[in-house]
Amino acid sequence: MEDALSLVRVMGADLWVVQKDTNGPFAESSRVPEDVYRVIRAVPGVREASPIAFQSVQLRLGPRPLRVQLIGHRPGALGATAAVAAGRPIVRSRYEILIDKKAGIPLGTKIPLGRATFTVVGLTEGIVSSAGDPAAFVSLRDAQELQFLKANESIRNERARLEADLRAEPALADVPGSALAPIVQDTHLVNAILVRLEPWADPVETARRIERWNRYRAMTTPEQEEVLAKSVIERARQQILLFRIILLAVSTVIIALIIYTMTLEKTRDIATLKVIGAPDWKIGGLILQESLTLGLLGFGLGALLIALIADYFPRRVAIVPFDQYVLLAIVAGICLLASVLGIRRALAVDPTTALGGGG
Amino acid sequence: MPAISVEQVTKVFGRGETEVVAVNEASLAVDGGELVALMGPSGSGKTTLLRAISLIDPPTRGRISIGGAPVCDGGRVLTDDRRLRREKMGIIFQSYNLIPFLTTVENVALVLTLNGISGRTALRRARELLERLDLGRRADIHPATLSGGEQQRVAVARAVVNEPAVILADEPTAALDTDRGKAVMELLRRLGQERRAAVIVVTHDHRMLEGFDRVYHMVDGRISEDDAGRGA
Repeated sequence: MEDALSLVRVMGADLWVVQKDTNGPFAESSRVPEDVYRVIRAVPGVREASPIAFQSVQLRLGPRPLRVQLIGHRPGALGATAAVAAGRPIVRSRYEILIDKKAGIPLGTKIPLGRATFTVVGLTEGIVSSAGDPAAFVSLRDAQELQFLKANESIRNERARLEADLRAEPALADVPGSALAPIVQDTHLVNAILVRLEPWADPVETARRIERWNRYRAMTTPEQEEVLAKSVIERARQQILLFRIILLAVSTVIIALIIYTMTLEKTRDIATLKVIGAPDWKIGGLILQESLTLGLLGFGLGALLIALIADYFPRRVAIVPFDQYVLLAIVAGICLLASVLGIRRALAVDPTTALGGGG
Repeated sequence: MPAISVEQVTKVFGRGETEVVAVNEASLAVDGGELVALMGPSGSGKTTLLRAISLIDPPTRGRISIGGAPVCDGGRVLTDDRRLRREKMGIIFQSYNLIPFLTTVENVALVLTLNGISGRTALRRARELLERLDLGRRADIHPATLSGGEQQRVAVARAVVNEPAVILADEPTAALDTDRGKAVMELLRRLGQERRAAVIVVTHDHRMLEGFDRVYHMVDGRISEDDAGRGA
């Protein structure tokens, strides 16, 4: 969850303006003309507006492909991350890239991307997409070309098709073919406009105003987070939850079997305890203690292991203290449940088994 | 008033045609500081009587009193049997039955902690007793590394550490050679007298009878006192 929302939060926007009737730019595709940001900037309460482009790309570096979430922004404007851990932010308008440390790409690396080669000028830390892919930042123009610029052959084909259409229309027959070039090469699209508001502005009211006059959808950052959490992450969460439930059930059975076996091995000792007067609650307490010790050892070992290998997971593993406490409580509950079988067995032990039966 | 009195105790197993009378109207009374033996061949009912007296397997009929207070009457147990055993009884087993995952001193202290004495005090008292029994150097090791004689002396220490009114020993020397067996019996006699505890020892070994105040014989569940054993 932390990872999935990190990208939304790092943008530092109060509002996200996206294509009407979409949940863009993360949950759904969204296309907005780049220059809309100028109109939005004029809306009362808007302090800053800046276009932004998002796309998932696969880098061809080394033997294994590397997926990154590419973010195109205007250098120095909203959307440019301030969290540069090494190197510098993007200052030139072309062919510079800022990439998250998780990608494992050092500063100065040349990365072929689309038709150009980019140079890694800076590194960020802890910025990943909802899929766990590291984020990479480029200039808006670079991102637009990567996302919207068609192949030369495609451009030629579209131009020929348009010219044919024009020739079929007598009134437009005199328009030269070169005049069509900007139409088929238009890359001035973005996926969203990020908006930062004046401190006094009400985000919901401003969002509604933008929607009313500009026919785009404006979402507050909490709304964007909710869309992302509900539509993109929820299923993954449910799946992980199901795995967790299965693992916990299996753990309970394993601990219960271990405790039961250990209790069987101690039948004579338990009988002796009963003979020397140990009350049932004391004997049950010993079994429970054994079960809890087993569970806590497992929890400790697991916590240590996860702390040591968390960085090697494909996705970032966020170790939140609250989650740890909840897990600890669940482990204690499991141990309690698992010890029931052992305690029942222990209480059923006949104390006479501690004595000889010779006479 | 005897430390323990057993009156007309009968223990019956099964019903109808399968009914077996393991102990038949057995009576005995033992004063504090007295050491008595319960002898008899295998299957005569010695251990069954011991189980009945300790309320581990209460009698079908009869009356048992500890310090004059009835604890079982007419087959009805009148008290919490576990509490009775941990507060008023010390029990010694044929095969020592020390808890293997506890150290020697922890085994002895266990009875005290079961009686609500704090861990530190219990360990101190247990250690003092072990030192008196020349087992001080063995206090912090686990029972598996002790010899049979040492293990049984630790078991005796465990049985007497809470100063019980009654000590019941079920063939405590069966797994020991004669010298070690006699040493254990001497220890029981000495500690029983010191602590004014009634000591009942089930044994079938005549060589161990030295120093016993009285000897009871059991045959087919019936008990009889052997006068010749008095003061033997």
